[in-house]
Amino acid sequence: MWTWFYRLASPPSVYRVAGVFAPWLLLSAAVFIVYGIIDGLAFAPPDYQQGDAFRIIYVHAPAGWLSMFAYTLMAIAGAVGLIWRIKMGHAVAAAVAPVGASFTVLGLVTGSLWGRPMWGTYWAWDPRLTSELILLFLYVGVISLRAAFEDPNRGDRAAALLAIVGVVNVPIIHYSVQWWNSLHQGATVAKFAKPSMPGSMLWPLLAMFMGYMLFFFGVLCMRVCAEILNRERQASWVREVVRA
Amino acid sequence: MSVGAVSVLRLVLRRELTLSFRRPGQLLQPLVFFLIVTTLFPLGLSPQLSLLRDMAPGVLWAAALLASLLSMDGLFKGDSEDGTLEQLVLSGQSLTLIVIAKTLAHWLVSGAALVVVSPIVATTLAVPVEAFPIMMLSLGLGTLTLSWLGAIGAGLTVGLRRGSVLLSLIVLPLAMPLLIFGANATDRAIGGESAAGALYFLAALCVFTTTLAPIAASVALRITLE
Repeated sequence: MWTWFYRLASPPSVYRVAGVFAPWLLLSAAVFIVYGIIDGLAFAPPDYQQGDAFRIIYVHAPAGWLSMFAYTLMAIAGAVGLIWRIKMGHAVAAAVAPVGASFTVLGLVTGSLWGRPMWGTYWAWDPRLTSELILLFLYVGVISLRAAFEDPNRGDRAAALLAIVGVVNVPIIHYSVQWWNSLHQGATVAKFAKPSMPGSMLWPLLAMFMGYMLFFFGVLCMRVCAEILNRERQASWVREVVRA
Repeated sequence: MSVGAVSVLRLVLRRELTLSFRRPGQLLQPLVFFLIVTTLFPLGLSPQLSLLRDMAPGVLWAAALLASLLSMDGLFKGDSEDGTLEQLVLSGQSLTLIVIAKTLAHWLVSGAALVVVSPIVATTLAVPVEAFPIMMLSLGLGTLTLSWLGAIGAGLTVGLRRGSVLLSLIVLPLAMPLLIFGANATDRAIGGESAAGALYFLAALCVFTTTLAPIAASVALRITLE
């Protein structure tokens, strides 16, 4: 069973599979996102309190969710690379990091744009914003640690270890930031109660979640392909692929 | 020759402490840094005592974190440059034990020393004397936790040329819960309230990192030294 697994996780087969999946993932992502954007921005009813400004949720919430998902995926991929010494684990981890960081930035930027009309300020030290910001710092740490090593092998493993340490810390940071603010004052910002959302608002949101997810994996497949070509550039099969 | 775990701890600890005290200048630098950073705030903001008292917990804590991170860079660096670290790794003793001893020794000369001088700094920031015990206890727990986190960071960056900036970059985000609870405990102590909740949390973080961080740091060292 393990030999089968190792063969599947070998660079050429991952390259092939990711290359096949990437266009389909991106295509279906486009379908979901186009539907979600049109329905969410044009047809969903405006919020009774927030008016049309709430519509930014369709861009914002999936980005915030993916930023955390991508970090976890990066830590898991890194752990796979570190523990079982599967090179592809590190390739995936290296490919995820910038994508996850971009989603974190997107979540922060759309969040602060949303904050301006709702809270009257671009930035509030709200627990969610703060922990998202710290998550961005964690991403930056992992990316720059990997880049700091001249030997890519060491960089991979060091970054993997840091990602694992970070993933253990993420819940601690999340809760401590939450308690920190609640210790100072009560919630001054209107909280969005998700289950109380009517279906006409919810469907485009779910479609956007799905679309973001598919887009994320599509981009990930493309980046993994590029990562493999770069890492295996000495291998003969890569020369054949590039020549073809 | 086989040596028991306790004597490994004792020997490495003694060696580290001896080395530190042979270079008293290096020992004092983080403490002076701590004093200077805390001086910046009254100068930059306002010397008004009531204002200083309000910001004292944050200033004390941020300065303490920065000061002990500053010296964290040297945790494995000297030994790595002269080859001692490789010998320690090859000695056949548990690397985790060696990391524990080195980090504890480092904490004794940096974190614990910060705790000892913190009342002086606190006095200049108009912190009442009644708040000192809680403040010192929280700083002690916090700097020890930071030393464990810093050991992971120092292990990961030991061979790198510009490792010290990177070290702060990767350790500070992990240390933010410390700042939150540490400053909160100090704040409550200044206000005369019970700081038990925040202190328990700091203690929990300290136990948690003491258990797991030495293992992570030794894995980090094996990666960078390999």
